[in-house]
Amino acid sequence: MRREGSPWQGLGTVLVKELSDHLSSARMIVLQLLIVLTAFAALYGAIDQIRQTTAEDPFVLLKLFTVGRSPLPSLFAFLGFLIPLMAIGLGFDSVNGEHNRRTLSRILSQPIYRDALLAGKFLAGLATLAVSLLCLWMLVVGLGIIFLGVPPSSEEIARSLFFLLVTLAYAGTWLALSMLLSVVFRSAATAALVALGIWLFLTLLWPMLSPGFAALIAPPDPRYELLGLPTPATAEWQQVLLRISPNNLFDGAAISLLAPDTRSSGMIYLNQLQGAVLGSPLPLSESLAIAWPQAVALIAGVIVLFVAGYVVFQRQEVRA
Amino acid sequence: MSAPVIAARGLTKRYGKATVVDGIDFTVAKGEIFGLLGPNGAGKTTTILMMLGLTDVSAGDIRVLDHDPVRDPLGVKRRVGYLPDQVGFYDNLTAVDNLAYTARLMGIPAHERTSRIAEALERVRLDDVGDKRVATFSRGMRQRLGLAEIVMKRAEIAILDEPTSGLDPQATVEFLAMIEALKREGVTVLLSSHLLDQVQRVCDRVALFQAGRIVLMGTVAELARQVLGAGFVVEVEADAATDLDARFGAIPGVGSVTRVGPDRYRLTSERDVRPEAARAVVAANGALRRLSVDDPSLDAIYTRFFQKQSSTAEGARNAA
Repeated sequence: MRREGSPWQGLGTVLVKELSDHLSSARMIVLQLLIVLTAFAALYGAIDQIRQTTAEDPFVLLKLFTVGRSPLPSLFAFLGFLIPLMAIGLGFDSVNGEHNRRTLSRILSQPIYRDALLAGKFLAGLATLAVSLLCLWMLVVGLGIIFLGVPPSSEEIARSLFFLLVTLAYAGTWLALSMLLSVVFRSAATAALVALGIWLFLTLLWPMLSPGFAALIAPPDPRYELLGLPTPATAEWQQVLLRISPNNLFDGAAISLLAPDTRSSGMIYLNQLQGAVLGSPLPLSESLAIAWPQAVALIAGVIVLFVAGYVVFQRQEVRA
Repeated sequence: MSAPVIAARGLTKRYGKATVVDGIDFTVAKGEIFGLLGPNGAGKTTTILMMLGLTDVSAGDIRVLDHDPVRDPLGVKRRVGYLPDQVGFYDNLTAVDNLAYTARLMGIPAHERTSRIAEALERVRLDDVGDKRVATFSRGMRQRLGLAEIVMKRAEIAILDEPTSGLDPQATVEFLAMIEALKREGVTVLLSSHLLDQVQRVCDRVALFQAGRIVLMGTVAELARQVLGAGFVVEVEADAATDLDARFGAIPGVGSVTRVGPDRYRLTSERDVRPEAARAVVAANGALRRLSVDDPSLDAIYTRFFQKQSSTAEGARNAA
């Protein structure tokens, strides 16, 4: 049985309203400040480091993203850590908040489908994240030009913009996850805690646990161990497991875009290195090809999580 | 009676094994105020949600304004206004902004919005607080704002779920007057409530829900005949040395005599038996304090109906 009428009716209205809510909310200001301040700290360290150690580099602007001076991590590591926080902050109470304010049934009694409400909220969150990331990007590029005194090349701009897109997909994954949780859990606090729990697990605990799991699935070969080498099967499993975490996918894609000499985000066998000039940068198209699987995985993550939230939301009762 | 605007046939809603609404049939004619009453959890809200296409119909069939809410919910929701139980608004927005958001969702053209919002707020006498944030509104004001939304929508059917529960008496009277004003404009009103005297005050016809079924339906006078049998309830307050029960019972036409207080009696009868009752008190040498006749009240019908039911249930148990 097909329903009549467009699922997109009201989408624009919901989007605009949610966007204005996000941009004017106190929560958003706090999250923005957090990201901008850490970005400044990371940039300050990076600029200092670059001035001291880099004599000449065709990709000096990209180094702003990847170089860190201890104890501060690099800007992109910061982003990998903080963007989930921001996305969770935007999404964790999007649907259950409407439930708890008792606005959901009133809004859904207007001539719109639930599709428009959910998609509008998601797109508004994504747009908010995109605006914030774009501001951050401009800030970084601007400061880089001022303090390093080197105008960026077109390839640097292109690479950093692709990096921005990957970051957006990464943020979208977390946004879709937190919205899914906001559909599943009626209490916003529960949804936020579960989202933060998943975030901590995937970014901190999973990298520590996956070697153990890999060794369980594919026990290391003693012959390799005698030589002090990792067993290929175990190492491959470890990588597969690590890639469950969006954090790992983001790191892989970001590094191949920001560091042009990255040749693989996985394992490299010696025979694959034949003929390679180590340390020489790859052209943009090849870096994109390396980053592609991770980027696609992130986008797929966004879609799968959003669809899961959509299905649950469609089946949910609107009454409180 | 013109053609029905709402017609339900065998409407059923099941959650797993529990049947919440069990094959109900009813029609609502254009321009009438139809009351759904019954205890909490009797299936009133679920019936309303099925009318709006906000929850699936398990079996049976419902048409609202010649639309099928299952297949064409947008068609229904364009023409029907809904005021949910304990309606909620976005507290951080003003009353006008809240209405402006739903006005956009309704698809009211931009040039009409301001005038229609102002008009609606004036109708519910909220025009002086239109630019105040809804967070400062009392419960009664929120209910009225919800009604303003229906006025703004120019809905042909207004569905109000427990609109007066939790309001103080003054606010209740005002709200009921607004409902009657809607009726004068030709709007069909469907009202769900468990506050019987209010329903009686405004409703043309009522349907009494119990455990997912409509057990009684009709005008209040019809229900009184059906349930109370006789139409008259005479209350006597008198003290006398001898027992008055027997003397009242002997009056021709009196169906039953119940003692409702130390010196208070309630007689049900086919006709007005006040003169005979007074004579009976005087004959017993008693002091007559009060003598009154009640119009059939929904309250009485309701109480009597459930009393009857529990006594028949008991009888059935005893027989078994």
